[in-house]
Amino acid sequence: MRPYLVLLVALSLQAAVAEWSYQTSWYEKARQDKVARGTVWPQPRSIDTTSVRYYLDPRNFRLEADSSSAAVSDPECKAVVDHALSRYGELLFWIPEEDRAGVDGDETLDKLVLTITRGCTRYPSLESDESYSILVNSDGATLLAQTAWGALRGLETFSQLIYGENGKHVINGTSISDSPRFPHRGIMIDTARHYLPLPFILRHLDAMAYNKMNVLHWHIVDDQAFPFQSTTFPDLSGKGAYTRKHVYTPDDVSQVLEFARLRGIRVIPEFDTPGHMMSWGQGHPEILTRCYPTSFQPDIYYLGPANPARETTYTFMRKLFEEIRELFADEYFHVGGDEVRFQCWNSNEEVQEFMVQQGFPNSTVGFADLQGYYINRILEILHQVPERTRGIVWQEIFDNFEISGDLTGLNLDTIIHVWEWNDTRYQGEPFREEMAKVTAAGYRTILSSCYYLNYISYGRDWPQYYECDPHDFQGTEAQKQLVIGGEACLWAEWVDSTNFIPRMWPRASAVAERLWSPQDVADSEAASPRMEEQRCRMVRRGIPAQPQGPSYCEYEWNILSQLPNYRPVITSSGPRVTEGLFHNLFLGVLVLAVVKCLA
Amino acid sequence: MKPCLAFLVALSLQAAVAEWSYQTSWYEKARQDKVARGTVWPQPRSIDTTSVRYYLDPRSFKLEADSSSAAVSDPECKEVVDHALSRYGGLLFWIPEEDRAGVDGDEILDKLVLTITRGCTRYPSLESDESYSILVNSDGATLRAQTAWGALRGLETFSQLIYGENGKHVINGTSISDSPRFPHRGIMIDTARHYLPLPFILNHLDAMAYNKMNVLHWHIVDDQAFPFQSATFPDLSGKGAYTRKHVYTPDDVSQVLEFARLRGIRVIPEFDTPGHMMSWGQGHPEILTRCYPTSFQPDIYHLGPANPARETTYTFMRKLFEEIRQLFADEYFHVGGDEVRFQCWNSNEEVHQFMVQQGFPNSTQGFADLQGYYIRRILEILHQVPETTRGIVWQEIFDNFEITGDLTGLNLDTIIHVWEWNDTRYQGEPFREEMAKVTAAGYRTILSSCYYLNYISYGRDWPQYYECDPHDFQGTEAQKQLVIGGEACLWAEWVDSTNFIPRMWPRASAVAERLWSPQDVADSEAASPRMEEQRCRMVRRGIPAQPQGPSYCEYEWNILSQLPNYRPVITSSGLRVTEGLFHIMFLDVLVLAVVKCLA
Repeated sequence: MRPYLVLLVALSLQAAVAEWSYQTSWYEKARQDKVARGTVWPQPRSIDTTSVRYYLDPRNFRLEADSSSAAVSDPECKAVVDHALSRYGELLFWIPEEDRAGVDGDETLDKLVLTITRGCTRYPSLESDESYSILVNSDGATLLAQTAWGALRGLETFSQLIYGENGKHVINGTSISDSPRFPHRGIMIDTARHYLPLPFILRHLDAMAYNKMNVLHWHIVDDQAFPFQSTTFPDLSGKGAYTRKHVYTPDDVSQVLEFARLRGIRVIPEFDTPGHMMSWGQGHPEILTRCYPTSFQPDIYYLGPANPARETTYTFMRKLFEEIRELFADEYFHVGGDEVRFQCWNSNEEVQEFMVQQGFPNSTVGFADLQGYYINRILEILHQVPERTRGIVWQEIFDNFEISGDLTGLNLDTIIHVWEWNDTRYQGEPFREEMAKVTAAGYRTILSSCYYLNYISYGRDWPQYYECDPHDFQGTEAQKQLVIGGEACLWAEWVDSTNFIPRMWPRASAVAERLWSPQDVADSEAASPRMEEQRCRMVRRGIPAQPQGPSYCEYEWNILSQLPNYRPVITSSGPRVTEGLFHNLFLGVLVLAVVKCLA
Repeated sequence: MKPCLAFLVALSLQAAVAEWSYQTSWYEKARQDKVARGTVWPQPRSIDTTSVRYYLDPRSFKLEADSSSAAVSDPECKEVVDHALSRYGGLLFWIPEEDRAGVDGDEILDKLVLTITRGCTRYPSLESDESYSILVNSDGATLRAQTAWGALRGLETFSQLIYGENGKHVINGTSISDSPRFPHRGIMIDTARHYLPLPFILNHLDAMAYNKMNVLHWHIVDDQAFPFQSATFPDLSGKGAYTRKHVYTPDDVSQVLEFARLRGIRVIPEFDTPGHMMSWGQGHPEILTRCYPTSFQPDIYHLGPANPARETTYTFMRKLFEEIRQLFADEYFHVGGDEVRFQCWNSNEEVHQFMVQQGFPNSTQGFADLQGYYIRRILEILHQVPETTRGIVWQEIFDNFEITGDLTGLNLDTIIHVWEWNDTRYQGEPFREEMAKVTAAGYRTILSSCYYLNYISYGRDWPQYYECDPHDFQGTEAQKQLVIGGEACLWAEWVDSTNFIPRMWPRASAVAERLWSPQDVADSEAASPRMEEQRCRMVRRGIPAQPQGPSYCEYEWNILSQLPNYRPVITSSGLRVTEGLFHIMFLDVLVLAVVKCLA
């Protein structure tokens, strides 16, 4: 099959790059300052570059795993490394063959040797070592990492060091020693407000890997829809999904997990509870609290938060969580806990009786107690399915325990996810005070408050994310240590597959550098030329990352593949415009070949 | 070729729609209120619908041109009609065959007969008649229009009347009499701040047709880049384009014009002058004014607006405009005229001498005189290339003539394009005052001030465009008659092919309805369910129009075709995730077939 494929690929590439004969224009000259070619994003901890240029010949260059190291000998390493070498084999070079200049007579770099010094785990985790070092000099190029996850980060960096110059792929002498500042560098996606077809999630995972992000926080269900297909409770998606087609099957989830694992990305599911569960109630109303019209206006379904008064609710959650934990590999499980409406609980007689029975007062403190009781039970269930599962919760859970005055109910292994921005209780930027309180109480924390990418405004807005530091709060060194990272959030009220990727990228890249690079890499003006390079690099690789001001990318033609139906064809008898499906030269040739053969 | 192709297409379709078995979910029920199925966007002038349902059988339904009418007998009509019938043949039905229910026993509508009562022109124009009427009753369905352009609008409406119900394509008894409120319903695109590859422009033209927009205002060049490839002056793009590949060849332009013509869309080029011409100066610095450092900071190229003092400038412009006018078919030509920096003219001795010679004072008034002189010369040139050519200018030209106190220099056949929003000279919404002044002086006008789609904000922002009416200013009936329409503008500083379509649509749909429908169709709340339907219709047809709040579209799978590289494949030997290029099932099958055949 190979030769044909190559021929056909070459054919279609040829069409795409015809007439490309690059000439430096005035704007190009002006733009030299704006784009920093061959720079790395996010900025490595330590990087030294010499002015010595080494040239890479795409036909001969090899990515090699050191066979005497764990990269080959450890099967867990080898599986990840093999996939990665094949992936990066395609990402290293992009100048089309027609435009390439020979490198005879130049000093060439003929291979990169990858060594893994320790060993590997099947899945990445919060504790994974992602450090690596790179050396490029006249002796060759080497990449050293302790684990496959570090090797992945190193390969990404190596691929970014290569730049194009006069039709040649070039790399400068370089010495890098790199490791992330925070171990949890995440992005939250929301597939409940709008369903995201699988290919968009996979594409996003590729973009995350290009930015060294390592956690996909999958806010998979919410009030609006329950797209997760549970085998234990099929009615959850059967009745709670938008349609039968707007679902993620267990196979879909496995595809995401495997695609993510091979890129060193953890996938943490969120099943938000006890609030934000309206869609659950369509299949299983018995687990929700029925709201009765009192002083407040109930929604039309009369279903509120989970019913904390019924033992059956906990049995249900245990069974569901068991299924989810079996499917998702990560030790951490996000159980939400945000924005619970106490009014519904307040209107329900059964809940009121339960509160009396538990000795909770009929007041805000009492309802905070009730939510504390509920979350406590949920976290207990988590610890049992299996034992190593740990919870992540939105900050309200911590706040509620604080209101009730007793934090002993909230297990210290729980991670508190800080997200509120406009909190009327504080002046200025309240999330900084929240970070201080959470860490002072000894909890680990993740920051999202200043990384809400769903909020948009005109113009260049990434500096605001870039300049918000998770450590920028009053606290001891020990408190700072409890900040394990941050997450960019793209809530999907106004986002679906039509605009998901360009809204996410490259704005999420700003968060990526904040969380990976040293704290003093914080000047967005200085970072701009590297940001330009990173956005064009993503575009070149097929990620439609949106522009940051007037510009162009040398290789922005990949995104053309988004519109296969719009390839105009001019015939000799005058202009004719292609309309309709599959009028693509490449396909045409293939179909013709089939027909000719069959005849 | 047919059977093979059909087989393969069916194969790939089958994969896309597998397991689709639609079931009404709770959210679907709640959404019934939010989506008005089978409604028309923009709202027709007059529409009556009965409760009688007629069913369409996709296998036998026919779109027919009345052979005794101009639709067939007039060759200009026939060409447009033939293309349109074939296009709408593909748009009328969308329920996949697997999900279709038979319509035996139902009352069937078996064809639509299209009659054109007058005749056709090769290109649409400002004066084109776009009116049409539709009748659907037990006698059948008819569409009557005076011209092919009216027929196009009617076909779009007819296609929108059809909705899906229980696997059937249904239309209700309907009587429509429709015509646009304004003849100029445009969208401005900017291909200078970012280059837009051709397929995206074509995709956008399709979307315009779905919204009955009829003018593409192509702001093709600007300070940043000159992508228009001129045969007369090849250095303009040769040195002024971003790269040699970021250009529109004459063939490209012809493709756009033909694609647009077949959809009843005029294409009006804008070559902005005398300001915004920095990119022209890279190839032809002699036509620009050299700026000398005086009190103000010159840009690094020391080139400012066109040089009005040299006769060669006018010779140059005449030659260029002749070429452009020969390529572009429309009688109207936008020559810009906005944002001219008088400081550069002020710094140049040659310009000063010319002003003295012409008797212009050395003051703001004098520079306004100078710009007036320049534009008058430009408009005179326009009138000669050929004489039917008419100019459109941004409002500054009018304002400048007003400053000089003598409007006689500005030909009354010039259209004034009102765009300013924050004008410090006025309180409140100054564009309303500008509209009043322009029309009081007897000029025709186009409004864009409140239709700037490049400005974005969080959430549902289309009502602000929807609720801005071009007639909402103090003036006589005669003045209102001079408002020929409006244009949505998407300046491209922050927009390129990665985000162009979702940022444009469906926000431009709001402007489309404002300009087509009667003035009293102005309640955005009432319009919302139709807007929802329109956005899902666009998505179904392959336009990635962004969402307007939590939702889903029944048929949003078309946008999957954007990501050919991300179709995961599960093999029997466990999980395998597709990576890299061209791993589409469809292609695999084709390649396999070729290989098998050749073997």
